[in-house]
Amino acid sequence: MPAPLIEMRGITKSFGAVKASEAVDLSVAPGEILGLLGENGAGKTTLMNVLFGAYAPDAGEILIQGRPARITSSADALAAGIGMVHQHFHLAPRLTVLENLLIGIPGKAGRIDRAGGLVRLAEISSQHGLTLDPNLPVSALSVGEQQRLEIVKALFRGARLLILDEPTAVLAPSEVDGLFSALRSMAAQGLGIIFISHKLNEVRALTHRCTVLRHGRVAGRVDDPANTTSAAMAQLMCGHEIVPPARGPSTPGADVLILDRISTSRHSGTALRDVSLVVRAGEILGIAGVSGNGQRALAEVISGVRAPDNGQMTIAGKQVVHFSPREVQALGLGRIPEDRMTTGLVTNLPLADSMVLPRIGTSAFSARGLLKPDAIRAFAEAQIKAYDIRCPGPMTRAGALSGGNLQKALLARELAFDPKVLIVSQPTRGLDIGAARFIHEKFLDMRAKGCGIIVIGEDLEELMVLCDRIAVMYEGRIAGTLDSADASVARLGLLMTGAEGKA
Amino acid sequence: MFRLEVRTSTPAWFNLALPLLAIAATLVLCSGLIALAGAGVFESYGVMFTASLGDSYAITETLVRAAPMIFTGLAVAVAFRAKFWNIGAEGQLLAGAVASCFVGAIPMPGPLAMLLMTIAGAAAGAAVALVPAALRVKFKVDDVVSSLLLNSVIYYALMALIEGPWKDSFSGYPISPPIEDSANFPVLIEGTRLHLGLIVALVAAPLIWFLIVRTTLGFRIRVTGENPEAARYGGIHVERVLISTALLSGALAGLAGVGEVGGVHFQVMSDISPGYGYSGIVVAMLARLNPLGVVPAAIFLAAVMTGAEAMSRATGVPAFLSDVIQGTALLAMLVALLFTAYRIRRVGVAR
Ligand SMILES: Nc1ncnc2c1ncn2[C@@H]1O[C@H](COP(=O)(O)OP(=O)(O)OP(=O)(O)O)[C@@H](O)[C@H]1O
Ligand SMILES: [Mg+2]
Repeated sequence: MPAPLIEMRGITKSFGAVKASEAVDLSVAPGEILGLLGENGAGKTTLMNVLFGAYAPDAGEILIQGRPARITSSADALAAGIGMVHQHFHLAPRLTVLENLLIGIPGKAGRIDRAGGLVRLAEISSQHGLTLDPNLPVSALSVGEQQRLEIVKALFRGARLLILDEPTAVLAPSEVDGLFSALRSMAAQGLGIIFISHKLNEVRALTHRCTVLRHGRVAGRVDDPANTTSAAMAQLMCGHEIVPPARGPSTPGADVLILDRISTSRHSGTALRDVSLVVRAGEILGIAGVSGNGQRALAEVISGVRAPDNGQMTIAGKQVVHFSPREVQALGLGRIPEDRMTTGLVTNLPLADSMVLPRIGTSAFSARGLLKPDAIRAFAEAQIKAYDIRCPGPMTRAGALSGGNLQKALLARELAFDPKVLIVSQPTRGLDIGAARFIHEKFLDMRAKGCGIIVIGEDLEELMVLCDRIAVMYEGRIAGTLDSADASVARLGLLMTGAEGKA
Repeated sequence: MFRLEVRTSTPAWFNLALPLLAIAATLVLCSGLIALAGAGVFESYGVMFTASLGDSYAITETLVRAAPMIFTGLAVAVAFRAKFWNIGAEGQLLAGAVASCFVGAIPMPGPLAMLLMTIAGAAAGAAVALVPAALRVKFKVDDVVSSLLLNSVIYYALMALIEGPWKDSFSGYPISPPIEDSANFPVLIEGTRLHLGLIVALVAAPLIWFLIVRTTLGFRIRVTGENPEAARYGGIHVERVLISTALLSGALAGLAGVGEVGGVHFQVMSDISPGYGYSGIVVAMLARLNPLGVVPAAIFLAAVMTGAEAMSRATGVPAFLSDVIQGTALLAMLVALLFTAYRIRRVGVAR
C-alpha cells in the first residue's frame, strides 16, 4: 500500500456538550476512493470541515504526505492540495463559469488571466469528462453542472485530495454515472478522494475502502466494499440491524385526490400538460421521472401555491376553487416539501414556530388573534417526544437541527392532523438508512389508516419498495402508470425518457 | 491567532450585552474626536451626562426627546421584523405632524381634538408608508430606495405648505398657524415640557411587544420576515402581512409627529424633526428589534442629543458630535451583531 496522501490522527472536536468527533483516525492513499459513512449527525461533515480548515480541532493532528500540516483556513487547505465540494455550493451566481474558476487566483500584474484559465479548463474537462461552457453564468447551470464546476474549481486550484460531501443527494440517477466516471478517472491519475453518501449501493460501487463513523467515533472500517453487503455496512453504522419495512397488499378505498386534465402555464420550470391522476385512500402513488419534467409544477398545484390554467382538482370529494395553501390544507392535504429549509421551515426561529406554522390560525394554536404559547409549546414538545427528534427543546433554532431531524419535524407537523392526502417530495433525500426506514414506516402506517399518499421521487428503488402504483412524468405529461408489481427499473427508465409512448 | 466560527445558538444575555458593548465601543471611539477638538474627554462626557441626566429637569428634557424616538424606533423595529425595510420614518413623522396640525387648528373640545389629531397623524403616517409597501408588493420596487426617497418628497411638500398656504401673513415666517390652545397636550409635570405623548409612547412599547410576540399577526410578521417562501406555503398571505406591517409602522412614525405638534411645538415648521426618523433606525438596531428594548435605546440617544448641545456650549466641541455618536453606535451595533452568528476562537493551540 502506498504512503498515505493525508492522514488524520486522533481528531477530536466538540461543540459545547456535543462531541462531533472523538479520536478519529483516517487516511487516504493516492489513487484511493475512501467512503466515509455514518448516520445523520455521526460527524462526517464536521470531520471534513476540520480537514478543510473550517474548524480548528480540539485535539489531534493532520499529516500531509507524512509531514504534520497546519491547516487553519480553507486557503491553507487549498494550498496543501485539499479541495472540498460542500453540501451547499459556494459559487457566485451572477458570474460566469470561467470567472468563478478564476476567483482568488492571482494573475500576472493584477490582471485576470482569462486565456490561461480557458486552457486549463479545457484540459481538466477533457481529462475527466467534466464539460462546462465557460461563458454561461452560474445561475443558468443545473445543480449537476454547478457541482461539476465545484469539482473543476478544486482541480483548477491543484487539489490532490478531493472531499465530496453527499454529492449524489442533489443528482438525478443519470447524472450519478457521469460523476462516478469522473471520480474514477481522477483516482486513476493518483488523486485521493473522500466520498460521503448515505446510499450504500453507490458506496459499494465506487469506493475502494470505507471508514464508518458512529457518534463521532470510528465504528469500523470496510476493506472491500464491493463484496460487503449493504446490510453489513448498515449494521456497522447504526449498531443494529436495519430491516426494510414490508409493504402489505393495499386495500384502496375512495378517490381522495383527483387531478382532472390539469395544465399550467410555463411559469417557472416545465409546465403541466393535461395531467390526470387519481390517488385512492390507503394507497401510495409514486411519481417518477427525471427531475425538471414537471414534478415541481405538479407539487405546486397540489400544495395550492399555484393555480392551474385549466383542469380541476378534487380533495376528499370537494373541488378546489381558489388554489391557496390554506384552502387545500383545510380540505385535508398535508405536505412534506422537497426543500426543507426554504419552503418548509423557518431556520432562524424556534423549532416550535415551524411546527405550528401551517395551522397557526386554527383554534388549536390561537384564538381571536392571540397565540396560545402554552399549547404551541406543548404540541412541539409532544411531537419531539413522539418522533424522537433530537434537539435541546422546542425553542431551539430550527436551523440547528440535522437533516434527518428536520425531516422528522416536518413529518410530525403534518401527520399530527391526520391528513386525508399527503404529498411528499424526495422524502429521504440526505437521510441515513435508519432515518429513511423510519420515514417509510410512517408512510405505511398512514396508508394503513386510509391516507392517500403521493410520493414524488427520483430514486426508483425507493419508489418500487414504497409505492403501490408508479406514474412516470415526462415533459409535463404523465407518460404512463404502472403497478409496482409490474414495474422494473428498465420499464420505468424507458417511460422516463419518453421512449414508450403509452404503457 | 483568532478566527470566526459559526455558532448554532445565541445566549440570551447577548441581547443586553451587545448593545452595552456597542455603546461602550462608541464612547471610546468618539473620545478620539473629542480629544482632537481640543477638549478633555472625561470632562466632555461628564458635561454630556450632567446636562442630559444630571438633574430632574435635564431628565425631563431628555425624555421629551426620547418620546418621538420611541415611536420611530418602534416603527422601524416592527417593519424590520417583517424585513420591510422602512427607511421612511422621517417622512411618515412629518406627514403625521402636518395632518395633526391641520386637525388641531380646528376649534373643538380639547379631548376630542387630541383624539382626532392622533388618528389623523397615525393615518397620514400609515398612508405614506403604504406607498413603498404597495410598490414592493405590486411591482417588486426596492423598499429601501422608495421609502428613503419619499422622505424628501414629503419634506418638500411640507416646505411648500409652510412657504405657501400656511405662511404666517403677519411675520412672514415659514411656519404653520398654531393649533388651538385647547388641543395642546397636557403637561405631566408643571414647569417642564414633559407631555402626554411620552405616556402614550411608554404604553405603546409593551403593546407592540405583545403584538409581535403573542398575536397571530406578530407570528405572521416574524415568519414572513425570516422566510417568506415557508410563510407562503404555510398559508400566510405574505403580501397582506407586508401591507399590514407597513401600515402599522407608518402609523407609529406618524404618532411621533403628532407628539411633536401636540406636545412640543404646537405648530409645524421646517425643522420640527432633527432626524428623529433616521434616529429610529439606530434605536431599533440597538434594541435588536425588540420593542421593549426600544425604550432604553431611545432614552440613550435622546441623552446623547441633549448632552451634546450642552457639551458644545461648555467645551467647544461641535454639537455635531451627537450625529457622529449616533452613526458610530449604529456601526458598532452592526459589528456587535456579528457575534450573534459567530464566535471568536483562538486557534493554533491544538496542533
Ligand atoms: N456548528 C455547529 N455547532 C454545534 N453543533 C454542531 C455544529 N455542526 C455540527 N454540530 C453537531 O455535531 C454533530 C455532527 O454533525 P455533522 O454535521 O458533522 O454530521 P454528519 O455526519 O455530517 O450528518 P449528516 O449525514 O446529517 O450530514 C451533530 O450532533 C451536530 O448537531
Ligand atoms: Mg453532513
